Parts: sequence; C-alpha cells; structure tokens
Amino acid sequence: MASYLRPELLADALSALAGGARTVLAGGTDFYPARVGRLVDEDVLDITAIGELRGVRAERGGLRIGATTTWSDLLAAPLPPWCRALQQAAREVGGVQIQNAGTVAGNLCNASPAADGVPALLALGAEVELASVAGRRRLPLGEFVLGNRRTARGPQELVSAVLVPPWSERARSVFLKLGARRYLVISIAMVAAVIEPDAAGRVARCGVAVGACSAVAQRLSALEQALVGATLDVRIGARAHQEHLAGLTPIDDVRGTAEYRADAALTLVRRALESLAA
Amino acid sequence: MNEPVEPGLAAEAGAIAFRLNGVARVVAASPASRLSDVLRESLGLTGTKVGCNAGDCGACTVLIDGRQVCACLTALGQVAGRDVTTVEGIARDGALDRLQRAFHAHGAAQCGICTPGMLMAATDLLARNERPSESEVCDALGGVLCRCTGYRKIVDAVLAAAAGEVALAVPAAGRAVGSRAPKTDGAAKLTGAERYGADRWPPGALWLRAVRSPHAHARFSIGDLAALRARHPGLLDVLTARDVPENSFGIFPDHKDQPVLADGLARFRGEAVAALVGEYETVMRIDEAELPIRWEPLEARTEIGQALAATDAPIHAARPDNVLIRGRVARGDVDAALAQAAFVAEGEFATSLVEHAYIEPEAGYAERVGDRLRIFACTQTPYMDRDEVARVLGVAPAQVHVVPSAVGGGFGGKLDVSVQPLLALAAWKLGRPVRTAYTRPESMASTSKRHPARMRARFGCDRDGRIVGAEFHGDFNTGAYASWGTTVANRVPIHAAGPYVVPNVRATTRAIYTNGPIAGAFRGFGVPQSTIAHEALLDELAERAGIDRLELRHRNALRAGQPTPTGQVLRASCGLAQCLEALRPRWRAAVAAAEAFNREQAARGGDAGRRRGVGIACMWYGIGNTVIANPSAMRVSLRKDGQFVLYNGAVDIGQGSNTILAQIAADALGVRLDAIDYVMGDTDLTEDAGKTSASRQTFVSGNAARLAAAALRRKLLQRLEVGENAELAIERGELVGIEGGRRSAIPLAYLPADARGDVEVGRGEFNPPTVPLDADGQGEPYATYGFAAQLAELEVDLALGTVHLLGIAAAHDVGRAINPTQVEGQIHGGIAQGIGLALMEEYHAGRTDNLHDYLVPTFGDVPPIEVHLIEDAEPLGPHGAKGVGEPALIATAPAIFGAIRHATGVTVRHAPATPDRLRAWIKASAR
Repeated sequence: MASYLRPELLADALSALAGGARTVLAGGTDFYPARVGRLVDEDVLDITAIGELRGVRAERGGLRIGATTTWSDLLAAPLPPWCRALQQAAREVGGVQIQNAGTVAGNLCNASPAADGVPALLALGAEVELASVAGRRRLPLGEFVLGNRRTARGPQELVSAVLVPPWSERARSVFLKLGARRYLVISIAMVAAVIEPDAAGRVARCGVAVGACSAVAQRLSALEQALVGATLDVRIGARAHQEHLAGLTPIDDVRGTAEYRADAALTLVRRALESLAA
Repeated sequence: MNEPVEPGLAAEAGAIAFRLNGVARVVAASPASRLSDVLRESLGLTGTKVGCNAGDCGACTVLIDGRQVCACLTALGQVAGRDVTTVEGIARDGALDRLQRAFHAHGAAQCGICTPGMLMAATDLLARNERPSESEVCDALGGVLCRCTGYRKIVDAVLAAAAGEVALAVPAAGRAVGSRAPKTDGAAKLTGAERYGADRWPPGALWLRAVRSPHAHARFSIGDLAALRARHPGLLDVLTARDVPENSFGIFPDHKDQPVLADGLARFRGEAVAALVGEYETVMRIDEAELPIRWEPLEARTEIGQALAATDAPIHAARPDNVLIRGRVARGDVDAALAQAAFVAEGEFATSLVEHAYIEPEAGYAERVGDRLRIFACTQTPYMDRDEVARVLGVAPAQVHVVPSAVGGGFGGKLDVSVQPLLALAAWKLGRPVRTAYTRPESMASTSKRHPARMRARFGCDRDGRIVGAEFHGDFNTGAYASWGTTVANRVPIHAAGPYVVPNVRATTRAIYTNGPIAGAFRGFGVPQSTIAHEALLDELAERAGIDRLELRHRNALRAGQPTPTGQVLRASCGLAQCLEALRPRWRAAVAAAEAFNREQAARGGDAGRRRGVGIACMWYGIGNTVIANPSAMRVSLRKDGQFVLYNGAVDIGQGSNTILAQIAADALGVRLDAIDYVMGDTDLTEDAGKTSASRQTFVSGNAARLAAAALRRKLLQRLEVGENAELAIERGELVGIEGGRRSAIPLAYLPADARGDVEVGRGEFNPPTVPLDADGQGEPYATYGFAAQLAELEVDLALGTVHLLGIAAAHDVGRAINPTQVEGQIHGGIAQGIGLALMEEYHAGRTDNLHDYLVPTFGDVPPIEVHLIEDAEPLGPHGAKGVGEPALIATAPAIFGAIRHATGVTVRHAPATPDRLRAWIKASAR
C-alpha cells in the first residue's frame, strides 16, 4: 500500500523526503493529469497543509512567494505595478479551478516548455529557494529549469519559495500569451517583458523572456542589452529583430509550426515592449 | 467554524473527515484518491461528472470552502476538515435555487453533463460578485467546457440569476407548441439527479478495461494468459476475439466489417484487441507491459493518397481498391454549361479529422438476467444497439434489453456501439454485472470522427450571376471501418451544389478506407465539408461577376417549385430567400463598417494591423435518412393513476426531443404539458423510433407522437361519448370530457388496466415519403429540407494570424419552432461546433487524445449570436416543423471563411484555419 503524508511542518516534510523518494503533491493540477486511467499507487508527500509555505510577502524590497501559493493567491495579493506580468500570467493558467488549486512553484517544478508562469518570473529575475534537511539553497530560475520536465531539484529537496528581486516603482511589466482559443489554452508562444526606466525616460534595466519557443523559456539577453539606454516610447518595439530571438529553438507541433512560432514571438516581443511605452 | 464531525469515526485510521453539502462525513479511502472518485463511488453522489480526469473540461467542478476547483485534481486528503459543496447541495429544501431556475428558463442545460460544473462555477462567482458583467461571467465559468449550448444561454442564465428572480414558462393546455416551455427533463439535469452512462451500476459489478492497439496497423498474437491471471487473482477473465460468437458489427447489413475485438490484425490506433474483466483495482493496476501480446507493426496508410496508391494490400480483402463506396448525382450537361459560363470559379479544399468531444465519455453496464441481457449505456440508437449486441452474442434481439442512460452529448458519435458489445460479452460469459467508462484518451482514440475531406469543385455562372453548372468531387477518409462512411458518400453529392437552382450538376464522392481513426457520423454527414467548397466558390463568382455576395445567393436561392440536383421539386417550406432577406440589413451595415475600419487601419500603417471582414454562407440539409426507410412509432397512454405517458423510443441526447415530443403530444391530446410523463428509449417499453440522427426526431418522431396522442384522444372521447372538440381532463380520479357545458366523466378506477397500468393507448407511426435514387442520383431522397443562411463578422490580427469573432447572425428556416428556446439552443450549439471546425479542431491520432491538445471552443470563443427563426411551414411536418440539429452547424465555417477572405483576401483551403496556417497564407498572399 502506497503511503500518503500530509505534514503540517516543513521540517517534517523535509525529513520525509530524506527518508526516501516521494512524489511531491501540491495543487494536483499536473499530478493527476499525468495519471489518467491509472491508480495512484506511489508514495506521496502532500505539502498543502504546511502553513508557512503559503502566501506572498514582501521581502527585502522584492517578493517571497511561498511554495504552495496558488495563482489565485497571487491574483488577490496587493502587488507592486512591476508584478503585473505575473498577475496577467496568473489569469492565463487554466481556468479559475486550476488557478484556485495550482501553485506557482508547482508550475516551475513541472517544467513544461509551455509553463505560463516561467516567462514572467524569468524576466523579473526570480530565484528558486530549495530546502532539504541539509539546509537551503537558491538558484536563478534559469538554472533551476534544466529542460523539458527536468529541474535541478534533488530528490530530497523541496522548492520552499520563489523569490522575486525588487524593481523600482517606475518599472512596469507585461505578459502576452498566444493561443488558438480564449480560455484553457496551452500557449503557442508567450512573452513577458519588464522595463525599468530612469528619470529621463530611458531604459535603465529590463528583462524580456519568451516561452513555448524552446525546451525552457529563454531570456533575450542580446535584446535586453540593446534596449538599455533606449528611449521608452512607441518606437521601442522596432528595436527588436529576429536575430535577438536566435537563441530560441521552436518546434513544429499540433499547436503551430516552428516558423510560425519564431514569427509570432517577434511580433509578441515588439507588442509587449510597445505596450510598456504606452 | 465547522461543527465537529461524527465523533469517534474521525479517529479511524486513514479516514478523512469533512463536511459535504453541510453534513459531516467521514470517508475511509486512500487520501490520494481523486475527490471526484470518492464522491461518486464511495458516497454515491454522481452529480459530479468526470469528463477527462485532467482538469481540462471542468465538469467535475465542486466548491471547497466556497471556491471552485476540479474534484478530479483534488486529493481526498486535502479536503480534511473543509467544506465541500457539490451540485446536489445547491437546491434548497428540494426546490431549484435561483441560479438553477435561471438555467432552466434559459435552456442553459442541453445534454446537462457540464451543467453541474457550470452551476458550481457560477455559484462561486455570484457569492463573490452579485452583479457580474458578461466578461466576468465568462472568466469565472471559462474553465468549464460545454459542447452543446454554445455558451450564450449559460451566460444569459447567470446574468439573469444575478439580476433577480426568474419566471418559468408554463404553457396552458393546447398552447405547448410554440412555447418556450422549460425542458421536461431539465430539473434532473440541474440537481445532479440525472443518470448518465457512468452514473448507475448494479452492486458487485465488475470492471472492464479494454486493451488497445498502440499501432495504426499491426499484426499481433496473444500468448498464454494463464500466468497473468495467476498473478492477479482479481482478474476474472481476459476476453479476446475467440470469445466473440460473431465478431463483426457495423451500421449497414452489407458492411459489418468491424470486429468487437480485433482478431490478429489491428487496423487503427486504439482498436480494442482484448478486454480485462475483474475487480476495479486489479484491472486498473495491470501494466500493459505485463500482457503477453506480441506486436508486428505494419506500414500504416492513414491518408487517402496512401490508401489509393497501395491496393496491393487492401485494408479489407472485400475492397481491393480500398474504396468503401462511391456516390453520384448527375443532371444536365455540366461540361457544356461550364464551357459556356461567363464566370467560372474552381478550387481544392481540405478538412481535418474532427472529434465529437462530448463531455461524457462512453460508459455503461451490462447484466445478465436469466437468458436475457440488460444494457444500460449512453447511446443515440437503442434499437440498433439491441440488434447489434444480439448479433454479436448470437442471441435473438428480444433477448437483449437496452435501457438508454441520459446522454452527455452525442453529435453522431454515439450512433455506433462502443462499450455495449464489450460489456455484453463479459456479462453474458461471466454471468455477473460488468461496468466500464472510457477514459478521455480511450474515447478519443477509439470512437468515430468527422471524415477528413479532399474536395475539388468548379462552379460557373452567367453575367447576371445565375449559376449554370456545378461540378464536385470529394474523397472522404473513412478510416479503418465502414461505420457511416456510406451515408456520407451518399448524402454529400445530393447537397454538393448548395441550396441553389443549379440546372447542370455532376457531384461524385468516394469513401476510402485507411488506417486512420474510424470516420463516421458527425452532425451533417459530410455536408459541412462540402459546404465549405461551394460557398468559397460562390464568393469568388460574386467577385468576378461584380455582384454582392448576399445578393448573388439570393438570386440563386432554391425556391418552391424549382428542381434540386436530384430532380426533386420542393412544393413548400423552402425558405432560403427569406433567411437571406432577414440578414440583409445587418449584412449591408456590417460590410460597410468592416470596410471603413479597414481603410482606417490601412491608413495607420505600422504593425501589420487588424482587418475586419464579413462573410455569408447558405446551406440546405435533407431531414432524415437518405432514401432508406425512416419510420418512427410512438405510443401515448392514459395510466390508471391519471397520468398520461409518452412511450418514446427516441433518445434525447440533449437536443430536446423529450420536451419537443411531449409538447406535440400534449397539444394533440389537448392537455397540459405537465400532465405528460414519458419513458425514453427503453426497448422493452417503447417502440422503435429510429436513431437520433439526421435531424429527424422532431419531423419524424414528432409526427408519430402527434398521431399517437391524437389516436388516444379519439379513443378517450369515444369512451366519454363526447365530440371531437370536447375538452379533455383528469379531475379527482375521473377522466372528464367537457363539451359546450355538458360534462361526461368516467372514474379511472372502472377502467381495466394492462400490465403496465395503462387503461388506454394510442399509437402513431410516421415514415417520411421518399423516392429511390437512380444511377444518376435522380429521385426524391428526403421528404423535406432545412435551409439557413449565416453571417459572420470578425477581425483578423494579420501579424499573428488569429481570428477574433465579433458576432454571428443565423437565419434558419425550421418550418415551425416547436420550442423556440430549444431551437435557438441547437443553433447556438451548432455554431459553436462550426467555429471549432473553422478555427481550431484538428485531431491527430496519438497526439491530441485529450481536451487540452484537442481544442474545442470555450466561453470566450463564441461571440454574441443573433437568431432569426424563419417559419416556412412544412405541410408534412408536425405543426409545420422540420429539423434543425445539423443545419445549425453547416453554414458557420463557410461564413467564417468568407469573412476571413473579405478581411485578408485569403481563401481558406484547409480547415481549420489555425493561427499558423492563416499567418502563412497571409504572408504568401503578400508576396
């Protein structure tokens, strides 16, 4: 008989993981869909009763998003304006049922190339905090998600929080998702962008990330460098070019062709930048 | 705070305590179990439906602490100490609450399988937001899929519930026809009481799990199963082809080419090759790798071209060229007509595999009762199921008793047997009840689809835009087995020139076997595909002739007294011109507005921008079977307890026949609608009303119900010795007739009853008149036709290739709307499926076997719909009515494609027009 643990303390959860392999269960929105037509007969660690893991709070000017914070929690939280991309992404994760149960950290752990949560967190420069009985460590999100359904989480580790660094009050962000229907749609491509202008209205710092166009969502570093110092006005979109997307490796699948993805991603990047100038 | 749950019980090891619909419950089940399974299996609350088990459809939505979640994604352990509300917990003191009443009044539940999920999501919304906007309703309910309603009436219902109390129409005696009476089976769908295929099972029922081919074409052998059974004591049997007395079934007597369990050769991916029968947990735990099946994959010919080229190894020996059947209609001299035409348009068009995607996967149970077998399952055709199962088992049809469950959507996909023969074999052999429910991937892989079509067509007109000739050829990929491929191949040529006067026609078809998924019946039997071709070509002709697209269609519209391509002259009920006239004002305004918008966009330049377009498309559709006999028989009785009963063999799959037929019977009898009860589809109690298909139940069974009720009325009036205009009533246990102040009464107690308790029965039968088609397809294939015109307004994002629908207007000649709410519901739902066909639906075997890779329209994808009901009465129809189920869908995709062409100049030649395709076409046209 498989065992199911639902501890209330993080320490108990970490001990359980140290005691042997367990599948970590939070919102269940990826766990159960992966088991259609099968019985659940593996050892499970359900982390949803651990109070300290849930919720968003300000930390060192940035955000600490606890591991079991749901997308609805994130939507309801009074976040600074530069987090808008994150909240826009939260509205696009499945339907409200999924947003009420699915967690931000779970979306990262599931490591789908089309994870709606990744581009915004990547653009914002988020880190992932991992806890185990041995202690805690942090990894930049880009180093945490290693590939399609692969992460740097060790078998004894639990993602305890997602940490978003601070941006200035002038910073704004946006998330654009492209799909073939309005709700409940897996992205064909998506873009998140954050721009922090200086007092003169020039780009001081920025992050641009594209999802669903490579095994792991990518930051567009070359574009970001090209944007720094540029005047933030409607012409900013035109600064993005196809070569800035050269690092992407889009594929053909049932949602679209690789050629289309590359083409659409550039359009979305330009529109995202323009919307931040508006 | 929650009250403490049943003390003592909570302490039981592993038990989970929570409040369910306000009552404390303790459940001993695995905490990792899905809450949906626990609610349904352990607690008997089957109102929570399982459509996908993957969070894709939302049918299982419940409230936890007042918030909507998918019960299929919730571990039982997570509800410990919390409040769970299911659909069974909404009604107050047995009465529908305001939201449920609003759903009832607005016709927001059709088949009802998504309704519990919709109600729970809406309950959550209204608790948080008393007066939501339309977009807030869509956002809140957007996680629930509906395949029937097109969502608009659900939005209306939620907004109405938020606005206040809702009144239900209760028609007076004799006024049921034409009224917006709520569905007779509506309340059960709103409370969770309705029983669908997976919702009822006998105690101790075993579980059946089919084993399916992972290959599109493979030889296989099954080794010794003894070791497997020894390893799994709960596995009672493994059925294989050897267990099937007559291992072939199929729709038509001469095309019974599909095995219940494949015998050494699998012809498509998902074909059943064996069935595991035993205790649920055992059967579900068996890993397919444990099964001693040796596969030898063969070359799979899944495309039409591959199958036509590879006749060395035919898919069925009986069809060496892989052609199942050919269809043909020829009239006049099309070559001469097109040679002389002032303008000719021609083109090739292709469509994709489309999945029915009803939210209820196939499910049911079978039980042996002595030398008879009872089957309870979802179906569109209980009598065909009965005969098919009897044949497979090698027993007499009378030994098989089919009890249709409520059906959670059909659309043609439940016209073929699915679970029935498998369950029947297992229950018959083992002598124990056996149940099953397909998983979503299994349902999608193994059951029928819409035929992908490869079509080429050529239409010509004179200088005035009058069509002089039409040539059409369509190849339809019918997949591995015949199913309804014959019907598609025969129906399409009749309709392929469109609902126009076309003096010279040559239309041919082939249904071609491949190793693809079985293509069968799907709302329209091929006509939605061929309509895409003729409507695109009509737009081109209009452009070349310099005539407005609507006016060109109006000029050519088939009118009473004119011959169709089969030489049939419709004498009445031919209302296409009226449909176009109803749309004309909006058409003119919309075209002008779109063109003004586009001029302004073009002037702005910059990003490729947006363009608007308006499209119009027409369709016609023969109601009922093509030529072949099409009878329906109904009985209406007066029971000794004073209740009138409609013995109705027609299955309501959500389209509303349980209501429509009762409305017709009530008026023919002269009693109130709520005086009529009904029995649906039970083959021991009803007569054969034919299948729920071909848009035939209102027209064909409606006539049978009218005749049956009229016969009963005559008999009752005779007993009462009153005249034919007398008022009939049941009052205080008496049958009463009142005629001009004279009252005649008979105590029901004096009347002898038959075994069912009926004291008098009227019977009615109707078979629409047709004339067989000759070798050129000349004859009268249908007794009547539905007509429609639809208009679509949309905006294309040129840089992304995405389409945003702004609005749709639909004008349908339905003869007479027996229930306008139901008719509008059919039209809305058909349009939603047409939107899917046009823009997103494309099934790929093995890659889209779920509802997140296979996309159907959601709440946000169906724009406001304006419906015009044109009632050009059909003299043969009950009260003038004909069908609307399939006509609803057919014009939508071509109207959308016409609008895309208007917006972008691109002709859609391959449905669906997904964003990547449309973007590529736009780029190519710009070069």
